[in-house]
Amino acid sequence: MAEPLLALDRVTKSFGALRVTDEVSLDISKGELHALIGPNGAGKTSLINQLSGSFASDSGRIVFDGEDVTDLPMHARARRGLVRSFQVTSILPRFTALENVALAAQSRFGSSARFFGNAARESRLNEGAMEALAELGLAERAHRFAGTLSHGEKRRLELAIALALQPKLLLLDEPMAGAGASESEALVGTLSALKGGCTILLVEHDMQAVFALADRISVLVNGGVIATGTPDEVRSDAQVRSAYLGEAG
Amino acid sequence: MRGIAVPMDSTSPTATEPSRALVPVLLFAALALAPLLGAFGAERYVLALLTRCAIFAIAALGLDLALGCGGLVSFGHAAFIGIGGYAAGILTANGIDDGILLLFVALAASGLFALATGAISLKTRGVHFIMITLAFGQMAYFVANSLKAYGGDDGLTLANRASFFGHDLLADNRAFYYLSLAMLLAVYLFARAVLRSRFGRVLRGAKENETRMAAIGFNPYPFRLTAYVISGMMAGVAGFLLAEQSEFVSPAFMTWQRSGDLIIMVMLGGMASLDGAILGAVFVVLTEELLSGFTEHWRVIFGPFLVLVVLFARGGLLGILTGRRHG
Repeated sequence: MAEPLLALDRVTKSFGALRVTDEVSLDISKGELHALIGPNGAGKTSLINQLSGSFASDSGRIVFDGEDVTDLPMHARARRGLVRSFQVTSILPRFTALENVALAAQSRFGSSARFFGNAARESRLNEGAMEALAELGLAERAHRFAGTLSHGEKRRLELAIALALQPKLLLLDEPMAGAGASESEALVGTLSALKGGCTILLVEHDMQAVFALADRISVLVNGGVIATGTPDEVRSDAQVRSAYLGEAG
Repeated sequence: MRGIAVPMDSTSPTATEPSRALVPVLLFAALALAPLLGAFGAERYVLALLTRCAIFAIAALGLDLALGCGGLVSFGHAAFIGIGGYAAGILTANGIDDGILLLFVALAASGLFALATGAISLKTRGVHFIMITLAFGQMAYFVANSLKAYGGDDGLTLANRASFFGHDLLADNRAFYYLSLAMLLAVYLFARAVLRSRFGRVLRGAKENETRMAAIGFNPYPFRLTAYVISGMMAGVAGFLLAEQSEFVSPAFMTWQRSGDLIIMVMLGGMASLDGAILGAVFVVLTEELLSGFTEHWRVIFGPFLVLVVLFARGGLLGILTGRRHG
């Protein structure tokens, strides 16, 4: 088997006496859509935070694309193509939607040590950004201030920003959180179109979406991975059923 | 893709609707014409006051770049004014009075001080940043106090104003004023260009949402440090001009109260707008002049006014003028 794109080796994190991530070892292969599920408080977002560099792990190793990134800050990981979205929308509200995405393009296209020239007019940055916006159905909203968009639009903007970075691995933390039924459906469509082109680790509560999209699923309970496998394997796993799917109905 | 990549001037936060675009034009036109008031007498006084307005507007612009646009509340910016002033004073005392050279040394000295102190200060955020910049400002103040060879706490009188290409251009107060105004315009145009650039966009983004910027791969630190250095150098230019104008420099240039005055100018005028910084500086200098004519306790009147503006006009004076209340 080829070397995994992302390898976690006994990654551990505690907040005081609470062990939110308990020796998690996990491999994510290039090109797969790997879903991470688990009940509330299982430590899914904490794990995403450690993978993206929002906060450091206490112990363990994170290897991304052949490089040990355990001690790298978030911006350095993002530059290497390890890109996340946030469960609670994180955008620049007083920048336009286009500028939000164009900044991501700017990050990807090298130098920001340019003190002259109107960045908002750089077609090289704006064209890539418009593509990402159009992909998520936000083309008409491009010139609106991001803070004035609806909740669903902000969620999509968040995704457009991540896509404009052309990540190697996309960490999506509940992209459907708070979205309506039709928006969720549209997002599932977007994600399945992305599948294959970009490796994705998806944290999501919407089980229908997860089982429709995922190549493999890992189940996190109390900070530890209790099962990893194809959707069918996970569905039939007795431990998972009792720990999670059973109580979810 | 060209079809959908529409130019977006109208929505960019730095370039806005026509009425707003007129503000700097009117502001500079007013400043350019203001010396005509001297025709009613006391021309020397009018020019001196206006020059002071222009000089403090340069310093306030510098602070606005760091504070308003970068979110860096520096409480030690008067140090840069002092360093610019002492660069002019010390060189003049040693018989060097070439204006270009003095200006260059003032820029270099204030820039280096900003680089050294900024590199440390910017490791901290929030209140800690305010306190550490205040501490560095106070250090500069006490160093100036201890410069026995250059007047110590009495300050240093400049034997003559700087010359430019062998001409004593600055001897004429009107010429001095227009030189200060030209420098203000240059600094203003430079700051505008910087804010619109790729660099400026990252700086503004990091003020708005640091986590988001990190998530797309930007480390705010080098951007903030660069902005802080540019900001300090602008204040250094102001210090150079202030020393030349008053033909005097003293530790009083860099008291913490003056750092506070600069913050007041920026906040009162309207943060992150550049125009607001100029407006705020002119307003504070003129108000101080006017009120201190009535009473030496002019801040007793000025203070409550400031509170009202902060409470009811978040966009500052600029917000009041253009009918927009948000900051």
